[in-house]
Amino acid sequence: MKRRLLMSAKPKVAFYWCASCGGCEEAVVDLAEDILGVVEAVDIVLWPVAMDFKKRDVEAMADKSIVAALVNGALRTSEQEEMAHLLRRKSQYLIAYGACAHLGGIPSLANQFPREQILKYVYEDGPAIVNEQKTRPQLEFKENGWHVHLPEFRNVVRSLDQVVDVDYYIPGCPPTPQITKAAIGALLQGKLPAKGAVLAPDIALCDECPRKASKPTDLSFTEFKRPHQKVLDPEKCFLAQGIVCLGPATRSGCEAACTKGNMPCSGCFGPTSRVKDQGAKILSSLSANVAPKEEAEIVKVLDGIPDPVGTFYRYGLAKSLLRRKGA
Amino acid sequence: MNESIDPSAAPAATWQPKIVAFFCNWCTYTAADLAGVSRMKYASNARIIRLMCSGRVDPQFILEAFAKGADGVLIGGCHPGDCHYVEGNFKTLRRFQLLKRLLRDMGIEEERLRLAWISAAEGEKVKTVINDMVEKLRVLGPLALPNRFAEWDKEVIGSERISQPREAVQPDDSVTNEAEVAHVS
Repeated sequence: MKRRLLMSAKPKVAFYWCASCGGCEEAVVDLAEDILGVVEAVDIVLWPVAMDFKKRDVEAMADKSIVAALVNGALRTSEQEEMAHLLRRKSQYLIAYGACAHLGGIPSLANQFPREQILKYVYEDGPAIVNEQKTRPQLEFKENGWHVHLPEFRNVVRSLDQVVDVDYYIPGCPPTPQITKAAIGALLQGKLPAKGAVLAPDIALCDECPRKASKPTDLSFTEFKRPHQKVLDPEKCFLAQGIVCLGPATRSGCEAACTKGNMPCSGCFGPTSRVKDQGAKILSSLSANVAPKEEAEIVKVLDGIPDPVGTFYRYGLAKSLLRRKGA
Repeated sequence: MNESIDPSAAPAATWQPKIVAFFCNWCTYTAADLAGVSRMKYASNARIIRLMCSGRVDPQFILEAFAKGADGVLIGGCHPGDCHYVEGNFKTLRRFQLLKRLLRDMGIEEERLRLAWISAAEGEKVKTVINDMVEKLRVLGPLALPNRFAEWDKEVIGSERISQPREAVQPDDSVTNEAEVAHVS
């Protein structure tokens, strides 16, 4: 009991996951020994992946008694919305942690498909499915005196701020230990920027990319190749190699982790604050610099980008201007 | 659970296609001016926005026009080779090609985005292009993205209510959920 009292003097922090892969949880653990400093400084009150607290423990807390809730994952089910609202109510700061909570992430690529098509594939048509009765999950079910409920699977995948008010965003798939540490530090020292800020540098990735010097002033694409179709030069700007790199339209802060690993940027940090639609911006930049001037030739070069939606909105379809494929 | 949105839900009787038209200062805007001073009559559905060059049309402008309720977007620029800034309209042509594919993949019909080369002397072409586009949009019907967004978001409205504290799910009889109790300490 004494320990509890001592602990409660520390700021309370909650972690929660919605539609996510677990990579963001891993990113918190990636703080390595620095996590001990965090655990020392805060009192974790909810962290389903690692600790045994229940929803009702959070419900029992006073409103705004959690200093910060870091929520990762996109929102697709009614349960995720419910937890987002609960954590919003109980927290002073609600922070979207990682690309999915920030922009919809990979899960929001599902916004290209109708809900029914997804459910039909998963429960009926998938190659590993045997479901002759075509059973689908029901919202409620009664058996042996039990009355159980399942969350509803929504029509649209959403980012956290499309459901609840969000104070800050920590970008990335997953966020790096450095920006996580910097954000938690700023939070604990009360040195936060204006509400709504993305807690990462507000400049394009090219700025910190070690290949920057080899980026031509006048790009001119005669073909686009995907990374597996070419032996990649480990030092030259990917755009100069005809490889689609989202660096020019993506926020920096990842320390160019992918380009240092000889892979082009795929855009997980999202756009800078001056860009409304990351996909439209990179589409604009890449296609304007295609070399040919005749329509047929232009189309041939652009065919080297077979899936513009999946390439340009890989982490952000939910937050794109069009949000979802029309019905 | 609305799987699809019926576009005819919009008041069809009063609906008029809305076109956002981005015209370049040197050719197409001048042509529209010429159509005006020549007292040509054409459909009044286009809201013309004058830009210095069709190359200034950021694809974000086009997506935002659709997202804010345009049924169609028309880009007007100088004929290839005639750009006041030499290369601007080629950049537009290239962006247009990829954007058209992206819009198709997002379920927006091809006729909703149109690129037309209209020189300063072609007032008549402004008239025919706008009239023709209006006709095609009438056949397609409203795009009405703001309505669709509102429709999609109906499923989350009221989720605030569910997050209010409510009774924990209990079995209908008084059997204790031992599995859950075991984790409480």
